[in-house]
Amino acid sequence: MATVIRVENLTKTFGEGDGSVEALKHIDLNIEEGDIYGIIGLSGAGKSTLVRCMNLLERPTSGRIIVNGKDLMQLSEKELNRERKSIGMIFQHFNLLMQRTCLDNITFPLELNGTPRKQAVARARELLRIVDLESKENAYPVQLSGGQKQRIAIARTLATNPKVLLCDEATSALDPKTTRDILKLIREINAKLGITVVIITHDMHVVNEICTHVAILNNGHIEESGRVDEVFSHPKSEAGMRLVYPDGVRTELLPENARVVRLAFNGGNSAYEPVISSLAVDCGIKVNILGADIRTIDGVPCGTMLLELPKNDAEAQRALEYLGNCTYLTCEEVTK
Amino acid sequence: MTQALITFFEGLGVPKAAEQIKFLFSPGTIPFAIWETLYAPLLAALFAYIIGLPLGVILVTGTKSGIRPLPGWLMKALNTVINLLRSVPFLILMVMLFPLSRLILGTTIGTTATIVPLTIAAAPYVARLVESSLLEMDRGVIEAAQAMGCSYLQIVTKVMMPECLPSLINGATNATITILSYGAMSGAIGGGGLGAISLNRGHGRNQIVVLYVSVILLVILVQIIQSIGTALALKLDKRVDYSEIKRRRKK
Repeated sequence: MATVIRVENLTKTFGEGDGSVEALKHIDLNIEEGDIYGIIGLSGAGKSTLVRCMNLLERPTSGRIIVNGKDLMQLSEKELNRERKSIGMIFQHFNLLMQRTCLDNITFPLELNGTPRKQAVARARELLRIVDLESKENAYPVQLSGGQKQRIAIARTLATNPKVLLCDEATSALDPKTTRDILKLIREINAKLGITVVIITHDMHVVNEICTHVAILNNGHIEESGRVDEVFSHPKSEAGMRLVYPDGVRTELLPENARVVRLAFNGGNSAYEPVISSLAVDCGIKVNILGADIRTIDGVPCGTMLLELPKNDAEAQRALEYLGNCTYLTCEEVTK
Repeated sequence: MTQALITFFEGLGVPKAAEQIKFLFSPGTIPFAIWETLYAPLLAALFAYIIGLPLGVILVTGTKSGIRPLPGWLMKALNTVINLLRSVPFLILMVMLFPLSRLILGTTIGTTATIVPLTIAAAPYVARLVESSLLEMDRGVIEAAQAMGCSYLQIVTKVMMPECLPSLINGATNATITILSYGAMSGAIGGGGLGAISLNRGHGRNQIVVLYVSVILLVILVQIIQSIGTALALKLDKRVDYSEIKRRRKK
C-alpha cells in the first residue's frame, strides 16, 4: 500500500530560550492508504500539535511532513493552500460558519475553488444525503445538536474530495451514543470513499471502535505504534499499559489495611475462565472483587480486575501463588 | 397654527416668540437643517469606513498571534497614531485641520468643509470599533478556514467579516451617531445643520424655542438611526436561535 502521510523526525518546540517547551520530539510515522490511524495520549501529550502539523496549521520546528507525496514544508503559501484542499480536517468544536446555513457551509470550500453555484449546491445536497441531514439544508448551525454539527462539518470537509481526513478530538464534545454514530460515519467514509483517516483522541473506546492502527503518544514521544490488535493485546511501553489497563478503582478509595492485587487479562481466553470461582473451589480461598474493567479487543478479552485478598497472610500468599500460575494473566500487588 | 403657537409662547413669557416661530415655520428651514445635519456626517462615516475598516482588520490580523503578523514597529506606530488622533477633542482637531480642509475642498466654512475633519476624527474610532468586533471571531473557525486552504483575503472577506457582521453593524451604528454629534458640534465654527441652529440662534441669540426644537429633532434622528441599526444587526444575526427563545418564552 502506498504511504499517504509520512512524518520524519518531526520536532516542535514552543517558545524560545529557557521557557521553551518541546511538544514533539523526533516523531516518525508512516500512515498508509486506507488506514484509520489512531493517535492516542493523555492531554498534554502533544497529539493535537502532531495532527495540526499534518496540514501545517502548526509549523514544525524541524523534520519533514510528506502528504500525498508532497513535502509540505517546501511549498509556497499558494501551493500549500492548494494542497490543503486535499487534506480534510474536523475539529472538537466543529468550527462551522455560524452565519451560513448548513448548505452554504458545505458549499463554502467549493466557493473558494470558484465552483459554479449550481454545481456546488448539487454537490452539497449529495453530501447532505451521505451524512443523513437532508432536512437541515436551510437550518443554521445554532439550530443543530452537537452530533448534527459534526456531520455538517464532515460533509463540508468532504466537498473537495480530500484523500485524507484529520480528526482532532472530533468526538470529544459528544455523548457516547452520538460518538458511536459519528465513528460509524467516519468508518463508512473510509470504506466507501477510500479516504485515509487520522484520529486524535484521548479515548480508548474510539481507537477500539474503528482504528486499524494506533500510535501511543506520551510526553511528545511515540511510545509504541502498530496494528491496534497487536498494540492493545501486548502493550510494551508503560504508557501503553496505562492506557490498556486503566485503574478501575482509585487507590485512595481502596479499603484500609487490605492487601489488593491487580489482575491484568492480556489476551488469550483468560477472562472466560472462571478464575475467581476456581480460586474458591480449588484453594478454598474467598476474595473480594473491588472493581473490574474488561472488554473485547478484536475478539480477545483484555482488561483488569482488582481483588482484595484475605486478611490471613498464609491464605493471601496461597492465592497469590495460584493466580501467579495462571497463564494469560499477570498479577501484581497494588501498593497505596 | 403659527399664530396660535406665537400666542401660546408669548403667554408663557418667552421673548421674541414671534420671530422664533416664524423662523421655524418658514418653508424649508427644518428640512434643510435635517439634510445638512445628515449629509456631512453620513458622507464622513462612509469615508471613515473606507479608511478605518482596513485599519481595523490590520489591527487584528497583524498582531503576533494574528493570521498575517506584521513587523512589531509597524503595529506600534499604527496604534500610536490611532490613539493620538482619538485623544484630540473634536473641535480642536477641526481647527487644526483647517489647512487640510482648505487644501482638499478649498474652504473651511460650511457643512461640506466639515467632512474632512469629521472623517479624520472618525477613522481611528472606526478602526477600534472594527478591531473589537473582529476580536470576537472564534479562532477555531479561522483555523478551519485555513485548513480548507483559504487565502488571507478570503479569510478576511469570506469568514471574518460575514461571521462578525452583526457586531460590525452595531459598531457602524455607534460610529454614525458619534459622527452625527461631532457634526452638530461643528456648528460652533462654521458647520451647518441642527447643531449650528441650536448654537447660533438658540444660544447665541437666546432663542429658547429654536434651541429646544432643534435639540429634540437631533434626539429623534439619533433614535431613528439607532433603531435601524439594532434591527438590522438582530435580523442578520444567525448565531442565536430566536425561534427557540420565543418558543421557550411561550411555555
